[in-house]
Amino acid sequence: MAAEMEPPPLGDAGQTDFREIEDGEGFFVSTVTILESPEPSSPDPPSMPAEGISTNGPKQEDISLDDDPEDLFAEATEEVSLDSPEREPILSDGPSPAITPVTPTAMLTPRMGLGTAEMFERSLDELEEDESGDTFDMHIAVSDPEKVGDGMNAYMGYKVTTKTSMTIFSKNETTVRRRFSDFLGLHSKLASRYLHIGYIVPPAPEKSIVGMTKVKVGKEDLSSAEFVEKRRSALERYLMRTVKHPILLKDPDVMMFLESSELPRAVSTQALSGAGILRMVNKAADAVNKMTIKMNESDAWFEEKHQQFENLDLQLRKLHASVECLVCHRKELSVNTASFAKSAAMLGNSEDHTALSRALSQLAEVEEKIDQLHQDQAYADFYLFSELLGDYVRLITAVKGVFDHRMKTWSKWQDTQLLLQKKREAESKLQFANKPDKLQQAQDEIKELEGKVQQGEKDFELISKTIRKEVSRFEKERVKDFKVVIIKYLESLVQTQQQLIKYWEAFLPEAKAIA
Amino acid sequence: MTSTLDDSEKEKARSVSVDLNNDASLLIDIPDALCERDKVKFTVHTKTTLSSFQKPDFSVPRQHEDFIWLHDALVETEDYAGLIIPPAPPKPDFESPREKMHKLGEGEATMTKEEYTKMKQELEAEYLAVFKKTVQVHEVFLQRLSSHPILSKDRNFQIFLEYDQDLSVRRKNAKETFGSFFKNMVKSADEVIISGIKEVDDFFEQEKTFLLDYSSKIKDSTARAEKMTRSHKNVADDYIHISATLNSLSVDDNTALKNIDVGRVASDEELKLTELFRYYMLDIQAAKDLLYRRARALADYENSNKALDKARLKSKDITQAEEHQQQCLQKFDKLSESGKRELTSFKGRRVVAFRKNLIEMSELEIKHAKVSQGAQSSFSFLCLNFFSRNMQ
Repeated sequence: MAAEMEPPPLGDAGQTDFREIEDGEGFFVSTVTILESPEPSSPDPPSMPAEGISTNGPKQEDISLDDDPEDLFAEATEEVSLDSPEREPILSDGPSPAITPVTPTAMLTPRMGLGTAEMFERSLDELEEDESGDTFDMHIAVSDPEKVGDGMNAYMGYKVTTKTSMTIFSKNETTVRRRFSDFLGLHSKLASRYLHIGYIVPPAPEKSIVGMTKVKVGKEDLSSAEFVEKRRSALERYLMRTVKHPILLKDPDVMMFLESSELPRAVSTQALSGAGILRMVNKAADAVNKMTIKMNESDAWFEEKHQQFENLDLQLRKLHASVECLVCHRKELSVNTASFAKSAAMLGNSEDHTALSRALSQLAEVEEKIDQLHQDQAYADFYLFSELLGDYVRLITAVKGVFDHRMKTWSKWQDTQLLLQKKREAESKLQFANKPDKLQQAQDEIKELEGKVQQGEKDFELISKTIRKEVSRFEKERVKDFKVVIIKYLESLVQTQQQLIKYWEAFLPEAKAIA
Repeated sequence: MTSTLDDSEKEKARSVSVDLNNDASLLIDIPDALCERDKVKFTVHTKTTLSSFQKPDFSVPRQHEDFIWLHDALVETEDYAGLIIPPAPPKPDFESPREKMHKLGEGEATMTKEEYTKMKQELEAEYLAVFKKTVQVHEVFLQRLSSHPILSKDRNFQIFLEYDQDLSVRRKNAKETFGSFFKNMVKSADEVIISGIKEVDDFFEQEKTFLLDYSSKIKDSTARAEKMTRSHKNVADDYIHISATLNSLSVDDNTALKNIDVGRVASDEELKLTELFRYYMLDIQAAKDLLYRRARALADYENSNKALDKARLKSKDITQAEEHQQQCLQKFDKLSESGKRELTSFKGRRVVAFRKNLIEMSELEIKHAKVSQGAQSSFSFLCLNFFSRNMQ
């Protein structure tokens, strides 16, 4: 398992890279490979020792099932390096290659969602070729949340801007206004159309009664602003995920959503509507059914994948919970640092030794700056990491749903088969009973059932095939998604540390100057 | 658990003390300590060239309560009224790590083995840090005494260092403890009254204002510094959980170790900054106590003046009153003189200690930021690693 490496050609002339060559402090040696170009060959393997690398088991991405010729990830390998001193000069040379043309501080501004989508796009443009051959070039932005109306009937309107050069769209750039229930309506249409035939439809952001009520009531405080921003960012990610799916992109409802200026109000998405109640009943019924269906799995791939997703689900949920905890604690740290800074400033004021007084005031300033750093970091923690994890937890639920549909399809097929068998038995009995019209009826029914059985089998095979494709696409996307985000998160962390170093290094001479 | 601190560690551990233990004629240190449940047994080791001691080199076991006895004995000695008595070392407090250990035990079922081990390691490190801290403050207390020209000659101090049997016979019994508690309460009431007395000396007037103000501010800063470092620890703990989850998914084991560093930033920061503030908070209290005693002496003196005037009016007991007045005046002058000396040296000491600790703290912060940079990058690479490979 050779360690392969690809210089990231994206954007830059491929100068910066994460290449690490390092020695045995017992760490893994690593490369971050950012896969851009379609040829996975590595031009110049570095002189990296291969020790410790191959302990991680089979390396190839499990995508080989897919016949997709553009199997970009076939030879991706990553290992982890822990070589901190070495890392510094490389990382401080300027942030990550190409993925973030935006400066890190800009990255952390409240418009980060927008920035993220942009960055997503720019990197993905050159990364992925759509199966139909049309380059995937779409950029959707959700922005300008505005409260419309008053009181309990108020809602947030969002501006949805689509920029694309793809030919299936009528215009290069379209802007429409949508509200949250429109998004939910779109999702519900797509789900009813595609989920049961095995397509992984990205789930819409969750409803939040508490959050929305605060907004409706007009509470203009920090938490409702945060809520709106969180939702805006989630809606943007949702749309981007949906259009990245080549089949969903071409769905007429999606196009209508993006392009038409008026959209019929999706009432059935309301929680307390008739449709809502029906949904809940269906969900309960499904859960019961799932428990009773015992599928005779003939295909080991499905068995394995199912298990994998169950595991992944558990772990991601756990991770998500931990990261949310981290966000919370970091916010706390920021608050406490700020309060300490104030207190140190007051102490500095009452100190009568001048140099010490100055030093204490400086300390207070440093701590204040650090507080700001903590805030920014918390922001990054959240928007980069935590939300991504949340999205994937929901996505995996969708994936599991698709697997369940396959089970249902199988079950339906089997039931039809059983029914056919019964009818055949009944027919053979009727053969001896000398009731010609009943016999004819039975034979007709049998013919019909035979057709249904055939259809059932076809359906099952189709859904299995679709799921295989979908799963491999999902996994590709997942890897890409996480890579992009992790790199950005990494940068934000590194940036924070660098700032910390700067601040303390500036403070040190002040401390030394106390005479 | 026995902890032996070697010399280099002690050097580092002695974070707030400055220029102590320099006088070769009387060198004191606490080379090791034993922790049994709630009680910590310190081994106090003395090396001396003074003839007042029976042996040149000896050690005795002492408990925290013995230190408190010594401190209170010094405070109650009239002769030392004009001196700043070094603050008593705070009681060893293992409450926080113990509580955490308890919680960890309860949550064991929900954690993976690696996570549990790591949390346990963190906790043990915290426990060790508390332990080191308490040894250090006890040591500093003794060293302050030994480097003070007057206090080092105190008889009780000598007994403390030398008496090779259990000191508990000499310790306060319950009644006395209650008595001192009552005394403290009266003292604070007096303090209020006395701060109203007009000060004759500018120096002391200034000192009083300064110390009262500074004292409340430093108390505030100490509390907030503590909160801050506790939050920092929480963040570090979170990183442990996160890396543990990632670990259980990928197969890299070594990378987890790196995250311990994040935890250590928190405890080093705490040691430097919070301890500095906390120590000086106590020290300032001791300085305030000196001022209080002096103010009390001044009040006594003024009262004695009034008594003398009254006696003169009544032509009764004049000599007595005069004597009393002289005594008061003498006491007051003595206190003022030594008080001035003490407070000036205290200020110098404080400035030097702050400087040393702030420098050390900044250097540590820089060092750890550089290491954390590495740790956090590797942490993120760990994520990358996990997410880029499909399930094992």
